[in-house]
Amino acid sequence: MLRLEKRPTPSRFWTAATPVLAVLLTMIAGGLLFMILGKDPFAAIRTIFWDPLFNEQFASYSRPQLLVKSGPLILIAIGLSLGFRAGIWNIGAEGQYIIGALCGAGVGLALYPMDAWFIFPLMVIAGALGGLLWAMIPALLKTHFRTNEILVSLLLVYVAEQLLASMALGLMRNPEGGGFPGSRNLQQYPSASNPELIAGTGMHWGIVAAFIAVIASYVLLNRHLLGFQIRLTGQSPRAARFAGVNPNALILFCLGTSGVLAGLAGLFEIAGPAGQVSIDFNQGYGFTAIIVAFLGRLNPIGILLAGLLMGLTYIGGDLAQFMLGLPAAAIQAFQGMLLFFLLGVDVLSNFRIRIGKTEAA
Amino acid sequence: MKRRTLLAASVAALGLASAGAAFAADKTKVGFVFVGPIGDGGWTYEHNEGRLAVEEHFGDAVETIYQESVPEGADAERVLTQMALSGADLIFTTSFGYMDPTLNVAAKFPDVKFEHATGYKRADNVSTYSARFYEGRAVQGTIAGHMTKSNVVGYIASFPIPEVIRGINSAYIHAKKVNPDVEFKVIWAYTWFDPAKEADAANALIEQGADVILQHTDSTAPQAAAEKAGNVITFGQASDMGEYAPMPRVSSIIDNWAPYYIARTQAVIDGSWTSVDTWDGIGAGMVGIGEISSAVPEDVKAEALALKDAIANGSYHPFTGPLKKQDGSDWLAEGETADDGTLAGMNFYVEGITGDIPQ
Repeated sequence: MLRLEKRPTPSRFWTAATPVLAVLLTMIAGGLLFMILGKDPFAAIRTIFWDPLFNEQFASYSRPQLLVKSGPLILIAIGLSLGFRAGIWNIGAEGQYIIGALCGAGVGLALYPMDAWFIFPLMVIAGALGGLLWAMIPALLKTHFRTNEILVSLLLVYVAEQLLASMALGLMRNPEGGGFPGSRNLQQYPSASNPELIAGTGMHWGIVAAFIAVIASYVLLNRHLLGFQIRLTGQSPRAARFAGVNPNALILFCLGTSGVLAGLAGLFEIAGPAGQVSIDFNQGYGFTAIIVAFLGRLNPIGILLAGLLMGLTYIGGDLAQFMLGLPAAAIQAFQGMLLFFLLGVDVLSNFRIRIGKTEAA
Repeated sequence: MKRRTLLAASVAALGLASAGAAFAADKTKVGFVFVGPIGDGGWTYEHNEGRLAVEEHFGDAVETIYQESVPEGADAERVLTQMALSGADLIFTTSFGYMDPTLNVAAKFPDVKFEHATGYKRADNVSTYSARFYEGRAVQGTIAGHMTKSNVVGYIASFPIPEVIRGINSAYIHAKKVNPDVEFKVIWAYTWFDPAKEADAANALIEQGADVILQHTDSTAPQAAAEKAGNVITFGQASDMGEYAPMPRVSSIIDNWAPYYIARTQAVIDGSWTSVDTWDGIGAGMVGIGEISSAVPEDVKAEALALKDAIANGSYHPFTGPLKKQDGSDWLAEGETADDGTLAGMNFYVEGITGDIPQ
């Protein structure tokens, strides 16, 4: 008989091993799913995980795309992980992402067609401020009126989406667009665009920012008093208060930082790969980043790897769809399995599995 | 290994393509990028029917590939690039939002032909195509004007772009013509496909007294909402939606892309493909009117079919003056018809429609 026995402390080995195990289990269950759909499961798994990286026909294009897809996920997830560690739940990164993009793009579009070096840096600042502003709404409401930041930040996503639609149709609409919605394409406005830094690498400023965020967050959490306070608050809010942590300041810091990073991610995306303010500019990065943060164990290095893995399933999923004719829903189910198995096998890090009869209770 | 041979074949195809003999590969590869799932029962469903018609028509000479539910924007650019890399010779991008991504990718793959639906930007290897759905809307408006008892017609609009505004205007003009008391209520859903939102919009319109629902969104959710409410009629959008006939669905606009897709694929095979702008309507068969059901009285049906025939043979244009804009300014004089340029960029309501186009 199987029996679970709680570990006194979470197993270090299993904490590191469960993500790998979850990926393996996803491959097996996903393979079965693909087999039921009448596809070769090995070909499908290889198309998703191997071809984007090593297939000679696609890899030179899809490897850089992996960075493009993972960059915003990592940047947002790093910000979220700080709050999540302290028990501050920003679920509305998607909204901060949109507002950051709108503020940044707004600066660029307002200055069109001026040609100057300072436009892009200004846009970056505006993008960060936009994300900060949107995150400060749930933060201040929480510190002053004890509202629930989960609900406020989530509902503000829908407000941001309406603002985005309004901007794409009205204020920021391309005056030369023939009445169609959507702004001018920032990719075609060199002073405001976020181009590939080195041709063929996919590397743009947003990915640079993501790497910097990973390092900064690692240093913060491991070497800085604030990082200690964040971790302490998450583990024991009462103990943290005795240790002199100001909970309100921490709320403002965590929500503010995640807002800034989400806003930056939005700005880099809209000035780079997306190019224009359009009604459905946001593609759920802010929500997917929540999965990435947990898949990466709220650990900066873990998030880096989790973001890359998530990006890989997107790009490989695309390939599998049209190379093998897999339906989009099967790919989404496959991605969902990943989180499901991760949460499922998490039990191993907190519990020991005992086989045999229960000893005298 | 299956995959090995597939890859070998497409690598060979790519090699040939880069050698400048794009059509010498034994199979022509045609790609389709869809904005919704192929089972949406509307827009994407009909594009996929067109794809299947290509497969059936050409048999082994053509291979088709497709990807569904592709977001408009950066993701579309990646999907298109990967399709082009996989050796596609011709790629149809079937939603307005794919416009800039299509142009960007087309610039990188000059040997691959692209066809963008409903857009207005073209290049040497990018064509555009669309259908004159507003012709079908005229027929719908005529039936709606006759059938409404509450004189309130509900309209579920998607995005405030010229194509959608044209449809509202055309339906309104023809409803008004047969029923001067008719009033239109428009709800903007800001989606092409979202059954939950579409059902909400339909219910809201029914609660406001609408007994006819027109939709410019792709799912059958409004049909289901109308069926539940009873005594409300609807029209199939993009696809026949015949499973809701005879009530609530009394007719439909059917997009028929198959002849166009077959013709363009043939052009690629022949090497005669050139960049064109196609805008066909009922006459050319790109827009079909689904069977008018038994719920519609015979005289109304006859009037609607006569209008359809007049549009098809070119003797009548749905936008014929005298027509004024919503603000009361003159648009078309007596007998004057709208030019395609104005129609393509239409961003105003005609006189009599209440409410504003979202800005």
